Amino acid sequence: MSTRLAKQGRLIDRSKPVEFTFNGTRMSGYEGDTLASALLANDQMMMGRSFKYHRPRGVVASGAEEPNALVGLGNGDRFEPNQRATTTELFGGLSAQSQNHWPSLEFNVGAINTHLSRFLPAGFYYKMFMYPRAFWKHVYEPFIRMSAGLGKAPDPELKDADTYEHFYFFADVLVVGGGVAGLQAAKVAASSGAKVLLLEQTAHWGGRAPVDGGTIDGMQPEAWIEQTLAELAAMDNVTLRDRCMGSGVYDHGYALGYERLTDHSPGNGGPRHRLWRIRAKQIVTATGAIERPLSFAGNDVPGVMLAGAMRDYVVNWGVTPGQRVVIVTNNDDAYRTAITLHQAGVDVVCVLDARPMGGGALMEEVRELGIRVEPGRAIAKVTGGKRVAKVAICAQDGEGGAQEEIAADAVAMSGGWSPVVHLWSHCGGKLNWDDAQAHFRPDASRPPLGADGADFVVAAGSANGEFALGATLSDAAAAGVAAAKAAGFDGAKPTVAVGLDADEVAMQPIWLMPAKADIKLRMKTWLDYQNDVKVSDVQLAAREGYESVEHTKRYTTLGMATDQGKLSNINGLAVLADTLGAKIPQVGTTTFRPPYTPISMGAIGGEARGDVFQPIRKTPMHDWHDANGADWEPVGHWRRAYAFVRSNETVEQAVAREVTNTRENLGLLDASTLGKLVVKGPDAGRFMDMMYTNMMSTLKVGKCRYGLMCSENGFLIDDGVVARIDDDTWLCHTTTGGAERIHGHMEEWLQTEWWDWKVYVANVTEQLAQIAVVGPNARKVLEKLGGMDVSKEALPFMEWRDGKLGEFDCRGYRISFSGELSYEIAVPASQGMAFWTALMEAGKEFGVMPYGTECLHILRAEKGFIMIGDESDGTVIPQDLGLHWALSKKKEDFLGKRAHLRSHMADPDRWQLVGLETVCGSVLPDGAYAVGNGSNANGQRNVIGRVTSTYHSPTLGKGIAMGLVHHGRKRMNDVIEFPGVDGTIYKAKIVDQVFYDKEGEKQNV
Amino acid sequence: MLILECPYCGVKAEETELHAGGEAHLKRFGPGSTDGEFHDYLFMRENPRGVHFERWRHINGCGKWFHAARCTTTLEVFGTYSAQTFEPPQNIRDAITAKRPGWSWRDLK
Amino acid sequence: MSDPVSALNGASFSGIASVDESGLAGMITLRGDLASPKLQAAVTSATGATMPEPGKVALSVDGGLCWMSPDELLVLVHYAEVEAKLAEINAGLAGEHALAVNVSDARAVFQVSGDGAREVLGKLCPVDLSAQAFVPGQFRRTRMAQVAAAFWLDQDGSFHIVCFRSVADYMFCLLSTAAQSQSEVGVY
Repeated sequence: MSTRLAKQGRLIDRSKPVEFTFNGTRMSGYEGDTLASALLANDQMMMGRSFKYHRPRGVVASGAEEPNALVGLGNGDRFEPNQRATTTELFGGLSAQSQNHWPSLEFNVGAINTHLSRFLPAGFYYKMFMYPRAFWKHVYEPFIRMSAGLGKAPDPELKDADTYEHFYFFADVLVVGGGVAGLQAAKVAASSGAKVLLLEQTAHWGGRAPVDGGTIDGMQPEAWIEQTLAELAAMDNVTLRDRCMGSGVYDHGYALGYERLTDHSPGNGGPRHRLWRIRAKQIVTATGAIERPLSFAGNDVPGVMLAGAMRDYVVNWGVTPGQRVVIVTNNDDAYRTAITLHQAGVDVVCVLDARPMGGGALMEEVRELGIRVEPGRAIAKVTGGKRVAKVAICAQDGEGGAQEEIAADAVAMSGGWSPVVHLWSHCGGKLNWDDAQAHFRPDASRPPLGADGADFVVAAGSANGEFALGATLSDAAAAGVAAAKAAGFDGAKPTVAVGLDADEVAMQPIWLMPAKADIKLRMKTWLDYQNDVKVSDVQLAAREGYESVEHTKRYTTLGMATDQGKLSNINGLAVLADTLGAKIPQVGTTTFRPPYTPISMGAIGGEARGDVFQPIRKTPMHDWHDANGADWEPVGHWRRAYAFVRSNETVEQAVAREVTNTRENLGLLDASTLGKLVVKGPDAGRFMDMMYTNMMSTLKVGKCRYGLMCSENGFLIDDGVVARIDDDTWLCHTTTGGAERIHGHMEEWLQTEWWDWKVYVANVTEQLAQIAVVGPNARKVLEKLGGMDVSKEALPFMEWRDGKLGEFDCRGYRISFSGELSYEIAVPASQGMAFWTALMEAGKEFGVMPYGTECLHILRAEKGFIMIGDESDGTVIPQDLGLHWALSKKKEDFLGKRAHLRSHMADPDRWQLVGLETVCGSVLPDGAYAVGNGSNANGQRNVIGRVTSTYHSPTLGKGIAMGLVHHGRKRMNDVIEFPGVDGTIYKAKIVDQVFYDKEGEKQNV
Repeated sequence: MLILECPYCGVKAEETELHAGGEAHLKRFGPGSTDGEFHDYLFMRENPRGVHFERWRHINGCGKWFHAARCTTTLEVFGTYSAQTFEPPQNIRDAITAKRPGWSWRDLK
Repeated sequence: MSDPVSALNGASFSGIASVDESGLAGMITLRGDLASPKLQAAVTSATGATMPEPGKVALSVDGGLCWMSPDELLVLVHYAEVEAKLAEINAGLAGEHALAVNVSDARAVFQVSGDGAREVLGKLCPVDLSAQAFVPGQFRRTRMAQVAAAFWLDQDGSFHIVCFRSVADYMFCLLSTAAQSQSEVGVY
């Protein structure tokens, strides 16, 4: 059984018990425990089930690389799936649930898959679910969906209770990893005066050194760590962050740090996670190394664990995973586990060393402790259901014929160590295969390159393949000097700590145990625990012709689980290389991509949720609209009132009321969102003539002109009314969504093409609140406010005047987008609300009502006016819309002029804008396509047009629409067909697009 | 995520403060140009593996357009310079030659 | 003239820093040749401030000049005097190619002060806000989360942030979120 030891546990505080629950069962641990160590202390070795076969799985590692012990953590609005028990700090009230089991962890229906595993080999999904095609939707997909997915998604009805944030930070040197190498590198780099940021992913500094032993500068590692940490903390140029994982390295020295602020004390206030967005001149990756499993049959039975992890549990948390432990290794490091276990009073049954000659000094030490050591021996098979029961021993150099069976309840395995090269590789750092240590390590001659073309990442310590304590420390010191120097700080003092630990003899790569294991054993030999990929699967893939490691990965799903193959990739690669008869470096690695371990979506989103999910732009009258029934519509980031809905009506009824009232009495529209750009300068007229298709330079001061803008390739991009303010100043109105876009468009041409033209542009959109005063009573209400003369004579159609209305300084435009008598009045934004209120008050006797954007749309559609974004979509030119009159023939040039001469633009077969009326008076569906005779190559009916705008017109009491139709203008009164998505065929007659007041009498009063 | 120094305001801006504007040094063809010239002006673009010249705008900043010379494979930046020029200035070309001897781009060398 | 109202009517929040809407400020966007003696004379006399260097703000008792770009200044004056100052500047620029417009109402201004001020901004802007890197008098145009903004730091350690009026509410919520209690980063 796994249990708490009477002694040891340097990270736990035995005076502070902590209560928690696992699958509803109350358990107890200590402050300083991880969830994994606390579960082990409660003899809960089995922590989950695997993805494909639902096999029982126990914890195998002690840190971020853990593939098995994934749990659903928390409840309700703090529930999160797939949390690693090994990196979850224990806290009072923690509640965890195991995953992938039904109905319970102990008894699982899906585990039948394990007996079917002969029929679920690599690529099973691709092979099985291909045919017959019709089965996909009703049989295969539901099956896959049911069995797919790890953990369960949080309740979509609940909002995450926590907050998150980003933080931008700039450093000369970023050191990732707070083990002894990271501390050493940071100390040396900081001694140069460089600004240093040091990140450690756990809550503890020093990494593995306190567990692995040895001495540093004659001290116990823990003492040296404490001393170095104190030195660093005292330096102004050093920032230390624990619980902060360096998750990714990106171009130009960008790196992300994932800080977990309250995961160990949820609900205690403040943000839960903080994403550090770091810019560093140089990055030192002191990210350590990860131990590899050995590939023997039954290596996934709960109780089989990495040797280093087992040592961690004993030393750090005072927990032993078993009472009778077998150790199996191909290197000297695992002997440290034997010594540790022995000293803790655990029975180490034997050490199986696959190397024929065994190990060095550490092996001798173990032998002297009286522990049985068997060189050249291997594990043939581990048996046991939910827990290791027996270990069969064989010769490594054989086929697995068992020579002896030993009763044991835990196995510690070590297949050697792989440097954590992820961060080195994220931004293009290359790797070399190290034959002696059988791992990939950073190739310093092919580093990631920064903005200046020079390298910006240095690997240090065991992350650089330097495993001996002394070598780790001197390598890290050199990395600190190099990083500081490259960041521009020459004066680093390379005070190298002297590390001493036991000498080790060479490891021996063991990729399959025993070497000639038969197929029965290989089918029980796991490579990827989380995705259930076995040695036999990779071998099958190779036999089926998969040679590329990237293809094999996707075919077998090796390394594609949430742990991204931290334990399995090298082992899988070796099996693939062996099967292909190639060398490992020839097969190569898969690509390392950030993040190093999964980070929360909350951290990625940062503050952007709830009220600040995205900017909402508000006009000065926004609050009034909100209080008066506004049904909001997003227009870009703006919010505009779609309609002002009264308590006794629907939105449609409100729209109809607003249309009728505006046509008959008086309507007010908040038009503040329209863009307003001031264009000024001696060359402004010339510039305006290039920007607009119309002639704008000849516009008289005091007058307005409706203008069109095209892009250089001829397509309509915006429209609006232009006013000539004075000799060298124009004011351009843009669409609501167009202000920033058109401002940028103008600046682009001025800065990059006509930089010698004397023109300045300023965006004054938000300086002004603008209100459209529309309807037969429009003049009356303005006259009631008093001030400027708004008579037909003083302010004719398409002119503007500055003046005062009531107490408001304003500019009044006599323009109409509705066909009614209409003014647009601009006042300073700070007085917009007051002006709106004054108009509402003065307008009472004239039947004033506010109206929204849908009413605006209907009013303009009744008049046949186009709307950018409805009638135009980036492929439409003014000619399509019958706007030839707006294209100046006098001008030599304007943006789009040359493009309009291209053959496709001048093609008489282009669709043309027309009005449409259904035969029965109903409303055409928006976006519907008109069909003609014949069909296309795909057997679909030929399309001859589409609806661009469609509404019910309250004024006319019927549906009206506009659309682009092939030869439309020649086909007046033809009836064409629009199939609806519901199967209905809508018949519509082609008519003139001006449905109401064709002579324009109403606006000219 | 790239950093480019805006030559107008001196800010070392990260990519989120910038707006990419495509290929640099396009020559405008307007009315009077042939169909071929106009087509090439609108649509034909360099797609080099290596040295490239681009336009960027410091949009969340001083608002100015500028030019950048950089390597599309390593993302090394050789320099940024004014938008008000028809071709890269000599100091930028020298900087590229120092790092990528024998480079070429369109008819520049 | 009716009483002018700022976007948020002086909203405020207090957490690791204080966030206050500063109310209406007189602002004039001036585009022109910043090297022109005429222009320099017009703006320095209108504000009492000296010409700012690139990337800087020059403040006086009654106003200030912010360097926006090589051909643009943001002229700070008292709100009540903005039209008069605009006329004064325009008069001074007679005959020059320049553009001066009142943008006072197009803007919202916030003040972020207190110990956590640097960190609040550091959560929102891709800018080095350490005391070594960002000093009083510097003026920075950048983005804050998803909107454009500009800010400067005064001698008392307060940041003054200028953004568009329409996103004043977003900006206030953003700054308040970043300033929430117990969110000290602890680096500045």
